[in-house]
Amino acid sequence: MSRLSQAFAKEHPALVCFVTAGDGDTSAVLDALVAGGADVIELGMPFTDPMADGPAIQAANIRSLAAGTTTADILGIARDFRDRHPDVPLVLMGYANPMLRRGAEWFAAAVREAGVDGVICVDVPPEEDDALGPALRSAGIDPIRLATPTTDAARLPEVLNGASGFVYYVSVAGITGLQQAAQGSIDAAVARLKAATDLPIAVGFGVRTPEQAGAIARVSDGVVVGSAIVELVARHGADAAIHVRTYVQGLAAAVRAARKGIA
Amino acid sequence: MNAPNSFRAQPDERGHFGDYGGRYVAETLMPLILDLDREYRAAKSDPAFQAQFEDLLEHYVGRPSPLYYAERLTHALRENAPDGMGPEIWFKRDELNHTGAHKINNCIGQILLAIRMGKTRIIAETGAGQHGVATATVCARFGLPCVIYMGAKDVERQQPNVFRMKLLGAEVRAVTSGANTLKDAMNEAMRDWVANVHDTFYIIGTAAGPHPYPEMVRDFQSVIGREAREQMLSRTGRLPDLLVAAIGGGSNAIGLFHPFLDDADVRMLGVEAAGEGLGKKHAASLAGGSPGVLHGNKTYLLQDEDGQIAEAHSISAGLDYPGIGPEHAWLKDIGRVEYTSVTDDEALDAFQFLCRTEGIIPALEPSHAIAAVARKAREMRRDQVILANLCGRGDKDIFTVAHALGVAI
Repeated sequence: MSRLSQAFAKEHPALVCFVTAGDGDTSAVLDALVAGGADVIELGMPFTDPMADGPAIQAANIRSLAAGTTTADILGIARDFRDRHPDVPLVLMGYANPMLRRGAEWFAAAVREAGVDGVICVDVPPEEDDALGPALRSAGIDPIRLATPTTDAARLPEVLNGASGFVYYVSVAGITGLQQAAQGSIDAAVARLKAATDLPIAVGFGVRTPEQAGAIARVSDGVVVGSAIVELVARHGADAAIHVRTYVQGLAAAVRAARKGIA
Repeated sequence: MNAPNSFRAQPDERGHFGDYGGRYVAETLMPLILDLDREYRAAKSDPAFQAQFEDLLEHYVGRPSPLYYAERLTHALRENAPDGMGPEIWFKRDELNHTGAHKINNCIGQILLAIRMGKTRIIAETGAGQHGVATATVCARFGLPCVIYMGAKDVERQQPNVFRMKLLGAEVRAVTSGANTLKDAMNEAMRDWVANVHDTFYIIGTAAGPHPYPEMVRDFQSVIGREAREQMLSRTGRLPDLLVAAIGGGSNAIGLFHPFLDDADVRMLGVEAAGEGLGKKHAASLAGGSPGVLHGNKTYLLQDEDGQIAEAHSISAGLDYPGIGPEHAWLKDIGRVEYTSVTDDEALDAFQFLCRTEGIIPALEPSHAIAAVARKAREMRRDQVILANLCGRGDKDIFTVAHALGVAI
């Protein structure tokens, strides 16, 4: 059983936490995420042109690149994390160009060596799977697919074909960190996805408070929180870890309590 | 490499020009891109759509644009050429279009498609402001609200075009993310689009972006090459020996080249912006870049060894982009089109040279093409013909040129 499967097989829904690599003291922040109760870590690969991201993560990308973060640094952060946390699944999230720069096979081998479990590539949709998917699969890395409010029933099978690890439901047609979807629309979308796949469904975009996270956790297999954590890193810089830990503890408590009393 | 049966059969049904192009977009946009592709196929084969497009090009844009023999330029170049050298120089006068550049051809086509799809809001990105002005123009013509994204730096240095867009009723949003230039404006337009997919149509200004944009923009701009081919045949009874056009994203160049691609005796030269020089800051993604993925397509990009996108530089804001349309990437690799580059200084010289020899103030973009024409003229015989695309007029650039020449106006 893979680390990702184990994380989603726990008794409670998974809390998936995102942070941009190289923005602040990333290793300390990653440890704080785990200590706070994150079940899955999403490590953002900074890119000069993060087209799907809102202001918070855009700024984090710029800070990280301005600090000189390289692909080798990101892989190093992942490898060190794997050494410290052998059992916590780690997913890389980013854009196609940095992933494909040295070739898909090179990237797949490098992330495998760094102990990464899955990869989310924002701008490689199923139609362009050839560019990255086969290399990841043969290296044993889960290519994690995104489903969105615009993914209709006719298209969903194509999105799910070749997906593994989990399905990331982007609950808002928009960019990261700005609005939150109505809970009713999330409930309906998750039900639709669950009818079409056995893969775990994690829901993200615009999730900030323990209340929101708890409500989503009642219907999904996981909740993704990103921009709110990145904002804490922006605000507290080198001292962010303790603030991140406290914040994540609140989210984790809500997520873990979500299904208590539900048969 | 073996030549394909036709160079005009690209892209494939998935939008690939050889290894380039494609649809590298977020899932939220993918259903819309597929929808757009279907609608574009339907429009392409709908005589009513084509008739409306052609009617507007004729009566609103002012097409066909003239084909002009630049006699004094031809003679001036012959004076500096070796004996027997110095071909005839002809211009396709797309700078005489309504709004002063070729950009309007594409905007007419795309807004008709937007209306056909029932979209009620238009967005676009712009660098120098030419595509922004053309988009604002067609939005005014059809009564659709319009938001133009423009890098904050470009807003500052292109105030006349910002004012033009506002006069035309557009909302101009200054983009302060990233490096505040064209690529960041494109990022911001894509962010707007992804959040407003239900009612918004994105009019991309060049032959780049996710499929079907590179094909669609090329098709709308191919009116340039179709007219030029016909005009040249009827005026001279022959085809040109060489076509020359400037390339940022590459829409005016592909528009001129495409109808000639299967004419084996017609050579083609695309001219990139070498800025301060290829060893310094420039915008020549074919000469100084490598293949990668940005803004929805795979193509040549200016980037570092980790795939981070580099800043482009050109005195011409319209060429100031770190990528290039995917069809040009393919045409370069297969060798059908030759590509070269011209520096800021060479373009400035060509700009002034054309002003004085022909009484035409060209935009800085085609000034790059003219500089390359002057170079080629020394190597080609007198009985040969060069056809260059004069894709924009220079009114918008007089402040930039004055500044570069150290003149206060």
